Amino acid sequence: MVGNRYWNSLVTPLIGENPITLQILGICSALAVTTTLDTALVMSGAVTCVLALSGASISLIRRRVPRSVRIIVQITIIASLVIVVDQVLKAFAFEISLRLSVFVGLIVTNCIVLGRAEAFAMHNGVLASILDGIGNGLGYSLILVLVGAIREFFGHGSLLGKQILWTTAQGGGFDPLHLMLLPPSAFFIIGGIIWFIRARRPEQVDRSEFQIRDELQEERR
Amino acid sequence: MDENTISEDPIHALLLVLGVAVVCALLVSTSAVTLRPHYAANLEAHRLAQLGSILGALSERGYEVSAQEVESRVVELAGGAYSEKLDPSTFDARTAAVDPGNSIAIPADRDVAHIKRRAKHATVYLARDGSGNVDLLILPVRGSGYQSSLYGFLALEGDASTVVALKFYEQGDTPGMGARIQDPSWEALWPGKQVYDDTGTVRIGVARGKVSPGSVDAEHMVDGISGATRTSRGVHGLLRFWLGDFGFGPYLERVRRGEG
Amino acid sequence: MSDLLDILLSSVFINNLALSFFLGMCTFLAVSKRVDTAFGVGLAIICVQTVTVPVNNLIYVYILAPGALSWAGLDDVDLSFLSLIAFIGVIAAMVQVLEMILEYRIPRLYRALGIFLPLITVNCAILGGTLFMVERDYTFVESVVYGFGTGTGWALAIVLLAAIRERLKYSDIPDGLQGLGMSFMVVGLMSLGFMAFSGLG
Repeated sequence: MVGNRYWNSLVTPLIGENPITLQILGICSALAVTTTLDTALVMSGAVTCVLALSGASISLIRRRVPRSVRIIVQITIIASLVIVVDQVLKAFAFEISLRLSVFVGLIVTNCIVLGRAEAFAMHNGVLASILDGIGNGLGYSLILVLVGAIREFFGHGSLLGKQILWTTAQGGGFDPLHLMLLPPSAFFIIGGIIWFIRARRPEQVDRSEFQIRDELQEERR
Repeated sequence: MDENTISEDPIHALLLVLGVAVVCALLVSTSAVTLRPHYAANLEAHRLAQLGSILGALSERGYEVSAQEVESRVVELAGGAYSEKLDPSTFDARTAAVDPGNSIAIPADRDVAHIKRRAKHATVYLARDGSGNVDLLILPVRGSGYQSSLYGFLALEGDASTVVALKFYEQGDTPGMGARIQDPSWEALWPGKQVYDDTGTVRIGVARGKVSPGSVDAEHMVDGISGATRTSRGVHGLLRFWLGDFGFGPYLERVRRGEG
Repeated sequence: MSDLLDILLSSVFINNLALSFFLGMCTFLAVSKRVDTAFGVGLAIICVQTVTVPVNNLIYVYILAPGALSWAGLDDVDLSFLSLIAFIGVIAAMVQVLEMILEYRIPRLYRALGIFLPLITVNCAILGGTLFMVERDYTFVESVVYGFGTGTGWALAIVLLAAIRERLKYSDIPDGLQGLGMSFMVVGLMSLGFMAFSGLG
């Protein structure tokens, strides 16, 4: 029973309540870092780490934080964690940290992190918050990795730097889709992913507040 | 339901905030201190790799020099003499440039590269021939492009006037336009250009538009990049600055006199 | 002078924070269903950005940057690792202050902005604007222009999107694509359109 709840925290954010495709969170940094698969993977790892650790620490002190200071306390904890992650990246994955540049810092304002801190970690236990953080991190990572893989494959013909389809510039036959190297392609891909998910899960569809009458159909009746 | 049990007492709030601040500060400082050596090592390896980029360009022009053969020296820019105190493996011009003790502010009318400050020293890389004369000179140059800083190396022959290569290893200007300073086709325009004219004035630069072949400028200038005026002016400015009196001018004087 | 005009035009059109760098997307996509609410949040962003970027510039140049504390005789101190937390603190404080000023001095605007003012604290575009200002080493005056320009660019983009979304209500869109999915596609097309401005550079 309790195990079920924990398992749900981990699995629901993957498709059922994906932060990017349903909650509209975490989109900013998702787009610029998905030009290649390796930057998408590193960013996913960094965000998942921060989500889990911030979930744990905020949940630890949730009963002691007065309402008046809660936002600034949450932000302080999150910002410190992001600084540490940034330093770890600079120390152990230098080339990638150069390419991620300003976006690692932006994890601080990543809506998912603050959003889950407010919505979940402030009202739930430590273990549940960690799992919720990891779950949302995985949901975020799923989309990022998909987009990153598609963009690198069609834009460069490679995956994780390893050439799979040889481009015409390299003497092969594949003419890369240059659109994939530009940010708007990430939008089109995510739009497509949303369409696919909602076609399979109709409960996620955005029902509009009013339906426009189809006058032609009414006349025919 | 949890909120009811938390006191809104301001002392309580202050203590909690202070507690969180202290813990976070400890966390961040500890990680900064323990990870700094790794970060420094990465920076050094990165810098060697950047040097490798110009060495690669040089080998394409027939200058086979490996990173080990290259001699690095720290030059004091004002007089052009080698510094005996500073070690090239620990000196970093980028951090020195923002440190008020190790840099100078450039007067606005002389700051054609728009870099505002420059370090008092710079690391140069040399290759010598059998008799110890300078055969090849690699100078680090930097300036302002359209929307980013441009960092590169200028390689000159032993006469300190003929360009062997100009290679940018770091820039963030517009792909397809300003970023074309890293295109092989634009880089190929530089070899053979002369820094100085017969009177000893610095004439190297980037023209506005195309250079008419056969004109005096053709010996010193390359074509500007169409659609990337600001970046082209940026390269022009940084070359004029670093080869002028405020940059490596005094040092190059010494090299030409044989004191390099 | 042309430098400043350049910064202004490039931050509104060519380096638009919403359509070129995709910052502030969460609010951008969530609050763009109607033009009037989009306009409200746009105004709020312009206000906050025009104030926080220059203030953060002063804090960075005179306190945090390496060697910045030389006016206090502390040449060797480098506090730049505190930048992130300092900037966020400034933004949160500025939003709070702005809220108070608007509430007492311009109540009409305060009521028009409503809930969106506090939401701005966590808008990536605000922090992103400051971080870009630091990376490009702007002076104080340039920071004011850059702050105003980036805010205006973001506001322009969200109002445009809201206008398109309102018109899209009359179109027959597949269920799965309705709402968020379509918005993603439209924003992708808008940003492709804005890329045409890079030719002005």
